[in-house]
Amino acid sequence: MTYKFDFAALAPHWETFLRGCWQTISLAAIAVVLGLAIGIVAMLAKRSPIRAVRLSATSYIEVVRNTPFLVQVMFIFFGLPTLGVSLSPWTAAILALSLNCGAFAAEIIRGGVEAISKGQVEAGTALGLRPLQIFRFVVLKPALRIIFPALSGQFILALLTTSIVSSISAEELASISQSIDAETFRSFEVYAVATALYFGLSLIFSTAFKAINRIYFSYPVS
Amino acid sequence: MIRLFGSHEVLFILAGIQWTLLLSLVAFLGGGVFGLIIALSRTSTLAPLRSIAAGYIDIFQGTPLLMQLFLVFYGMPVFGVKVSPWTAVTIGLTLHASAFLGEIWRGGIQAVPRGQTEAARALGLRYASRMRDIVLPQALRLSVAPTVGFLVQLIKGTSLASIVGFVELSRSAQIVASTTYKPLLAYGLAGLLYFVICFPLSRFGLRLEQRFAVKS
Repeated sequence: MTYKFDFAALAPHWETFLRGCWQTISLAAIAVVLGLAIGIVAMLAKRSPIRAVRLSATSYIEVVRNTPFLVQVMFIFFGLPTLGVSLSPWTAAILALSLNCGAFAAEIIRGGVEAISKGQVEAGTALGLRPLQIFRFVVLKPALRIIFPALSGQFILALLTTSIVSSISAEELASISQSIDAETFRSFEVYAVATALYFGLSLIFSTAFKAINRIYFSYPVS
Repeated sequence: MIRLFGSHEVLFILAGIQWTLLLSLVAFLGGGVFGLIIALSRTSTLAPLRSIAAGYIDIFQGTPLLMQLFLVFYGMPVFGVKVSPWTAVTIGLTLHASAFLGEIWRGGIQAVPRGQTEAARALGLRYASRMRDIVLPQALRLSVAPTVGFLVQLIKGTSLASIVGFVELSRSAQIVASTTYKPLLAYGLAGLLYFVICFPLSRFGLRLEQRFAVKS
């Protein structure tokens, strides 16, 4: 074997790697927050009494879930400008990621809402809780407790999916790795470092989410 | 020169499907074989084997598929093996699939009641027979719905092969988009074709899930 590993060549770029990590986290966080909002709307639309509204919500969810994210990003970034809507790579990335997260979040939220029974709210009223207390302790917390693991899984998934927006050169960890690769010609080392960073990020976040779950959402269930 | 979006372009995109399907099939079969080994290691009585399998699963589930493909594509030449994009993405997707299928089937194996294994052992069956005749048939039955779900994910995942330069459905759409300057049509058609493949599979997976949910 003649190849010499040269990770030292990447040392001058550590700040760029760090910036990439931060951009990746930001993208994932923005996408999950916007995705949650979209997901709530889509979930409500799916339960609407109007057939057309239900149908459009279902089509949105199914189309997003059954096509590759890469094609969705390309469609938005390269396709929309031909209709007169020009987006920067970063905006297109956020739009595509949020729409993608929204479709998956809709199903997750539906599960949480359906788990709260009417009797539970009535029991709260019977115990003399005020409406705000009922919402906080009887509706919100149990619903969050049910969807939290799936939601945190969705965040990790979003973190990994952001790498695909490098294909429209939106700046994040994968695309800055490609630029560092082009500069140093150390492809293997660059992507090894990037992969390790992604792994570190998902490890940190999954550990944090598990801790939050243990602290806030672990009380005896009936 | 800008080409028109004619029947030639449509056929070119359609031809990409066969590579998407072939890639999915090979990765799914290869991933199935290695995934079974991962699942068996993950549920083994040997602690080191269990940890290795758990680590393998964690790494592949905690890093982007795109990076996994890049590492195989740029990594194999480093170790003296020159590979074509086709070989690289096949290996990358197979490794990826084996981690996910391994984790799905681990769940299935552990969901089979312990009494089944104990009864088989009491009857004097050895490990191979216990697994082949008693545990795995039940475990695979339990895992069939999530396995189909993963197949959909895998088919969508093959689109990333285009970034490494392999021409499949997404890449042929990209080529047509840049030669005809009709990205909306090209990516729309590609998206539609993915949907036609994935949607029935998703539905099938959902039906399986409901059927097994009723039985258990």
